[in-house]
Amino acid sequence: MATAAPTVEPTHGPPPALPEIQIVPRGGLPFAAAAVVGLIVAIAGNWMWAIDFFHVVGGGAWTTLDLFLGFVLGPIIGRMSIPARIEFSARFMPKLVLLIPTLVTMTLASGFQLAHNLGFLDSSYPRHGWIVASFIVVGIMAVIAIGYLEPANIAVLFELKKPQPDGELIAKLMKRFLYTAGITGVMQVATLVIMTRIAT
Amino acid sequence: MDVRRPPIWECGVAALACVVVSVIYLASYLPGKPNTVPAYVLLTAATLLIVAQLVMIGGLSSFSRSSFHEVAGWSLLAYVVIGGMIEYVFLRNHTRGEELVLLTWGLVLFIVDVPLILGFSVARYQRAD
Repeated sequence: MATAAPTVEPTHGPPPALPEIQIVPRGGLPFAAAAVVGLIVAIAGNWMWAIDFFHVVGGGAWTTLDLFLGFVLGPIIGRMSIPARIEFSARFMPKLVLLIPTLVTMTLASGFQLAHNLGFLDSSYPRHGWIVASFIVVGIMAVIAIGYLEPANIAVLFELKKPQPDGELIAKLMKRFLYTAGITGVMQVATLVIMTRIAT
Repeated sequence: MDVRRPPIWECGVAALACVVVSVIYLASYLPGKPNTVPAYVLLTAATLLIVAQLVMIGGLSSFSRSSFHEVAGWSLLAYVVIGGMIEYVFLRNHTRGEELVLLTWGLVLFIVDVPLILGFSVARYQRAD
């Protein structure tokens, strides 16, 4: 009985068309603005539940995102081909430009207000050492995020907007982005330890 | 596209680290008043590093100033809004006197430094004007 030879689909075609890049995705701006306005109202009104809500939701989402990016998505992207990385970056990076600063603002602003209201900022608080440790962890993450991660993210997006993006440059910047995401992931583990020590 | 540049980005990150350390130092003594000398030293160092950054950027001969201005300008707008919110929190929480001066100084440096870092990081990879 004759068997039909399996047909081989061509694997090399034209490179996938890149989506149109928006450095800051405009569609997400109303959601980010709503979150920030809600945060301001909660702090101005000193509503403890709302402040707690913003801190828990913002902190949970930020921590999860950093851990997922640093330890799950990062290694996967690192093994992708350069064209695949470019296509992924073009779709993924603009979302981070809006998402991360919004989550960080929500978490830190509400966290500071919460600590202020509960007296945790007072140096006489018995676990003040853990509060200072959280300042240090956030400080390190801020320097890494603002000094390394965010510039790499924005530079990748500008490169992707060019008619002929430089794949090598994008790969280099993405590598920097992924390493720093891994470091912030580790710092987030430290944050989890500190926050659970303060809460118990 | 990435040609060798003076240590502009390094100065920006070092200035940022100085500001962050000074704020952590001041915040860790709340509501008491710490010895403010370390904060003055750190903020002076950060100011000098930012001035050095501006001088080095101004002296670049082959550089995409249009990209730098675009990114730094929009970032500055965003960080002025963020900085304004933080200053409001300082005032609302009754921060006064020397402590307020030091925190505001650090905040102004932060607002200026971050757009410089972002603007330079993008413009260094763009075709010179």
